[in-house]
Amino acid sequence: MLVVENLHVFYGGIHALKGITFNVPQGKIVTLIGANGAGKTTTLKAICGLVDAKGSIRLDDVELVGKPTHEIVRMGVSMVPEGRRVFPNLTVMENLLMGAYHRDNRDEVEEDLRWIFELFPRLKERAWQKAGTLSGGEQQMLALGRALMSRPKLLMMDEPSLGLAPLLVREVFEVIKHINEEGRTILLIEQNARAALKIAHYGYVLETGKITMEGTGSDLLNDDRVRKVYLGES
Amino acid sequence: MGFVDLLQQLANGVSLGSLYALVAIGYTMVYGIIRLINFAHGDVMMVGCYLAYFGVLMFHMPWQISWIVAIGLTSLLGVSIYVGAYRPLRRAPRISALITAIGVSFLLESLGLVIFGGRPKAFPRPPILDIGLNLKGVYIMSFTIWIPVIAGVLLLCLVFLVYKTKVGMAMRAVATDMETTSLMGVNIDRVIAITFAVGSALAAAGGIMWAIRFPQINPYMGIMPGLKAFIAAVFGGIGNIFGAMLGGFLLGMIEILVVAFMPHIAGYRDAIAFAILIAVLLFKPTGLLGEPLREKV
Ligand SMILES: Nc1ncnc2c1ncn2[C@@H]1O[C@H](COP(=O)(O)OP(=O)(O)O)[C@@H](O)[C@H]1O
Ligand SMILES: [Mg+2]
Repeated sequence: MLVVENLHVFYGGIHALKGITFNVPQGKIVTLIGANGAGKTTTLKAICGLVDAKGSIRLDDVELVGKPTHEIVRMGVSMVPEGRRVFPNLTVMENLLMGAYHRDNRDEVEEDLRWIFELFPRLKERAWQKAGTLSGGEQQMLALGRALMSRPKLLMMDEPSLGLAPLLVREVFEVIKHINEEGRTILLIEQNARAALKIAHYGYVLETGKITMEGTGSDLLNDDRVRKVYLGES
Repeated sequence: MGFVDLLQQLANGVSLGSLYALVAIGYTMVYGIIRLINFAHGDVMMVGCYLAYFGVLMFHMPWQISWIVAIGLTSLLGVSIYVGAYRPLRRAPRISALITAIGVSFLLESLGLVIFGGRPKAFPRPPILDIGLNLKGVYIMSFTIWIPVIAGVLLLCLVFLVYKTKVGMAMRAVATDMETTSLMGVNIDRVIAITFAVGSALAAAGGIMWAIRFPQINPYMGIMPGLKAFIAAVFGGIGNIFGAMLGGFLLGMIEILVVAFMPHIAGYRDAIAFAILIAVLLFKPTGLLGEPLREKV
């Protein structure tokens, strides 16, 4: 579904992505793991058109490089940004409606709202509260719900478990798995490599702007080097 | 000073204050969204006045139609200024946009001078706004009542737009986080353009009513009300539309009351606003309703 080829990103003089190539097949969870500063966030931003990129990014054979962000989103790419970035001064309901901003079919939007509230009952209880008053875990659920409100073909998540208590981390990963089982394609970025590889069908390892390893989730989980560097085992 | 005089001055204060409020909205909305102080805003207001003037005197429109056309054209002017002057600088350092705003301000004033001429023109007062009223001893002109009524209706429409419509929701979202708003599939440029359109329309309405109060118009007429409306926006807390309204009303009221109660300093009338600005910047830089300063990500 998503095919990324030879992607380069420069920040001024910094060569943040040095020609990476990977793909995300329909209906799968693919994860990109790597240390802090490896270029994971940059990769997602390039796909969304938030940073200038060279190379090719195709969604169902349509080239995304060079398109403005709002068009890319309207084509079916949705992102849960790093640090959640909910709109603190908008209510929970408004945050969710922002996610559906470009959709015109009200009935479908209503239907998705019901689905999100089923998925995250906490959000329903707090629908009229300002998003800034939610706890970290609730904000993560809201950011995820907001991204789903656009009915994306491809859902991308940037470190959804960052800063959450272990119990919540498990909950988040369960939700991700559940959403995938309902048929959604997911590109997941994580520093929490173990949890990510456990639910991913396929994974790539990113090191300072290059992809150095790839394999199925379980292959990478069992790889000696991955175990040593990313899973903290000796 | 008697009770009747006080009522009279209060009416004047509300009337003047509602004009400041209308013009202040444009400063505060644009600042809230792109962190730009649009120094050309007062001059946009001036253009609005001239358009209404020519509508009546050259094109012989009924004044209501002429006002509406002028407000519409002024909002187009606001959008053109954004598209032509500020949009190319969206990614440039903030100071570049600020200097450009000053340049646009001079441009509009100079164009006004060339096209409209430097000689002040007498703005026609519609008869319904030009009636002297004697309300139990309180002498006021009918426009003193109409101005706050019209301003109030416009401000209510604005609140409805910002808080109850989809595009208003996007405006509030853009104001806190532009990048994330674009991730919602929102065309940021369009939202900013609409903000300029709304702010400029309110400035035109404010300008026209200003010309009803002070019926002499000239190409530099936007400078002082523009500055004062800007001060009102800072006073109320720049970026906050309720702050702009509150700041506008308070500033108008303070100005009128100070002059009324202390006639010997009436000559310093304009200095009052600047004194307020200095005091606000010293003691409460975020203004009355402003949130603590948050650097935008
Ligand atoms: N806005 C920016 N300007 C300059 N350099 C940046 C910027 N954002 C990220 N970088 C650099 O690009 C590299 C990759 O960063 P990032 O994609 O955020 O990594 P990750 O998400 O894997 O932690 C890092 O070296 C980082 O310092
Ligand atoms: Mg990151």
